[in-house]
Amino acid sequence: MKYMTINNRKVAFDDEKNVLAVIRKAGIELPTFCYLSELSTYGACRMCVVEDDRGKIFASCSEEPKDGMVIYTNTPRLQHHRKMILELLLASHCTDCTTCRTNGACILLKLANQLGVNYVRFQNNKPKLPLDYSSPCIVFDPNKCILCGDCVRTCTEIQGLGILDFVHRGSKMRVTTAFGRPLSETSCVGCGQCRVVCPTGAITVKQNIHPVWEALADKDTKVVAQIAPAVRVAVGDKFGLPEGENALGKLVAALKLMGFDQVYDTNFGADLTVMEEAQELVEKIEAGDLPLFTSCCPGWVKFCEEKFPELRKHISSCRSPQQMFSAVLKEEARMDTEDNRKTVVVSIMPCTAKKAEILRPEHRTDGEQDTDYVLTTTEITRMIKEAGIDLASIKAAPMDMPFGLSSGGAAIFGVTGGVTEAVLRRLVGSYEPEDLEAIKFTGIRGNDGIKEATVNLKGREVKIAVVNGLKNAGIVMNGIKSGDMYYDFVEVMACRSGCVAGGGQPVPVTPQIKAARTEGIYEIDDEKQIKISSDNPFVIALYDGLLKGKQQKLLHNHHE
Amino acid sequence: MLDQKYYDTADEIIALHGAKPSSLIPIIQDIQTEFRYLPGELLSYVADKIGITEAKAYSVATFYENFSFEPKGKYVIKVCDGTACHVRKSIPILERLYSVLGLSEDKATTDDMLFTLETVSCLGACGLAPVLTVNDKVYPAMTPDAAEDLIEELRGAE
Repeated sequence: MKYMTINNRKVAFDDEKNVLAVIRKAGIELPTFCYLSELSTYGACRMCVVEDDRGKIFASCSEEPKDGMVIYTNTPRLQHHRKMILELLLASHCTDCTTCRTNGACILLKLANQLGVNYVRFQNNKPKLPLDYSSPCIVFDPNKCILCGDCVRTCTEIQGLGILDFVHRGSKMRVTTAFGRPLSETSCVGCGQCRVVCPTGAITVKQNIHPVWEALADKDTKVVAQIAPAVRVAVGDKFGLPEGENALGKLVAALKLMGFDQVYDTNFGADLTVMEEAQELVEKIEAGDLPLFTSCCPGWVKFCEEKFPELRKHISSCRSPQQMFSAVLKEEARMDTEDNRKTVVVSIMPCTAKKAEILRPEHRTDGEQDTDYVLTTTEITRMIKEAGIDLASIKAAPMDMPFGLSSGGAAIFGVTGGVTEAVLRRLVGSYEPEDLEAIKFTGIRGNDGIKEATVNLKGREVKIAVVNGLKNAGIVMNGIKSGDMYYDFVEVMACRSGCVAGGGQPVPVTPQIKAARTEGIYEIDDEKQIKISSDNPFVIALYDGLLKGKQQKLLHNHHE
Repeated sequence: MLDQKYYDTADEIIALHGAKPSSLIPIIQDIQTEFRYLPGELLSYVADKIGITEAKAYSVATFYENFSFEPKGKYVIKVCDGTACHVRKSIPILERLYSVLGLSEDKATTDDMLFTLETVSCLGACGLAPVLTVNDKVYPAMTPDAAEDLIEELRGAE
């Protein structure tokens, strides 16, 4: 064991990758903008500076820990440095903080307050740059960028896309796309992971709050909500509920108070997806037409279309749970001749890419858009606050029937491996604890970027890959293209860890918070009596009723 | 879309340096030498060929003052504004050239594509200050009048 002395206290360490990690392990929360443990070390923000016993000042994120090191983290010189850095950052930052979308979550503001920077001596002489509203998913405001590069490295290192990068240099440096094109003209998939890591308001979720309030206020409109699996374990974040706690009942109660006419579960849509996708997998196995890729994640679908168009044909024809469910809801409304109100479907999602998914031409039925609006968890959080509701103290309410009932298999759609696990449960079709456990431990759970499993289905070994993070998806797709890898079934979720860490979820999203949300999702599954989608009685009833003869029309996409 | 011959030339240059990420700068330098500017379409083309993102290639190309996405004039005039040239009054030369050519800080090239006017930080010829160069030919000890005469001379040669 090696030791270093931090603020006169001896701290043991072994394989921490830098001094900052040792300091944080010792319980000292050094501020940073540009350091995220999942990304490469950039060392630009200089907030994590420390001083050694010889008075040398260095950035702790970029220094290897050495045995016998003596460092101080809070000397007057360091305080002066940090305050100066913050003052300079604030000097070139757009300071409309009172009306900023990130008000309350801004790390720049938080640190300025924490470190006592209450006056800026310098004037901002940067010209105001136009905002990029072109993406349906995110808004980019270059005036609020502090050049930490977290978005650049996330887009490149985690998502393998590299849409954003630094351009120009010195005082003219900024983060933008190639040739400064609008995001809508790039290969951006709208996953929103850049927004999750952005410490300021430079990248924010595109808001759809206003039209939803309008619809709620309109007496001639029936507003139907569906809530995605991963929202319920994150929506409590900004109301002081414990990390990862299932706040579904409270959320339903809040939505009812806000005026939603019906509140249903996207998990019901997920049950439909499991039915269809399991059937498609069996058909493809029998026909020898493999591999089959999942289609639930719109970020992944767009990624495949942009980067691997030749593999597009392997993506399942199944619509995502959101789109299956909205199509069913709208069809039901069209058939209801007694209710003359217009139906607006609002889906509450952990995801920014879902905002783009609903606009795709295949997601219109008889000329009508299936999902009208997508609100991310952050937006619904804001709406609950606007309505003056305290989610923490509100009494839980149940979802409406029949689409409020769902299986455990649907619940786990919110985490990586969940779609696969639900499909396997359906195909194995057993409630024996050992069978359920066997599926659980095939290797499809856990946080690895690429997970592999082999299961025996219908007398045949089926090779499965479960992928999260688009860079990993790129690795697997390249492997499949070159023939180095072979899988029968590939599940992809664009965001690392799956939807629990989606681009529309409340920030911060630390590894601990991801783990808590994942655990929360598995707890929901554990408490469900119905584990398998095909045992959801309302799913069966729907197939015998509304879906009769309309399965293809409502639940599948029809590409050429 | 550029003419096919641009892509053919780019292919030759890429082959010369090797289609690898580290060849980016030599490749785009050669492209710029060939066409007197770096066409944006070719930068994207090169990025794709050598396996880097378009944004990364754009990042590198904008980092260096030397690369230009605008076609440059036949005569590229670089007025030195390094310390030595500056104190020997390079700014009046620059201002005269702006007014003679109808250019400004935001508009570097004349509409007839004959002249491009740039400033540089040092040409390494401080003993000859103030200095300007036209397509790499050095003109020492310039004055605003001499600069104006030079422009007339170059125009006359056309």
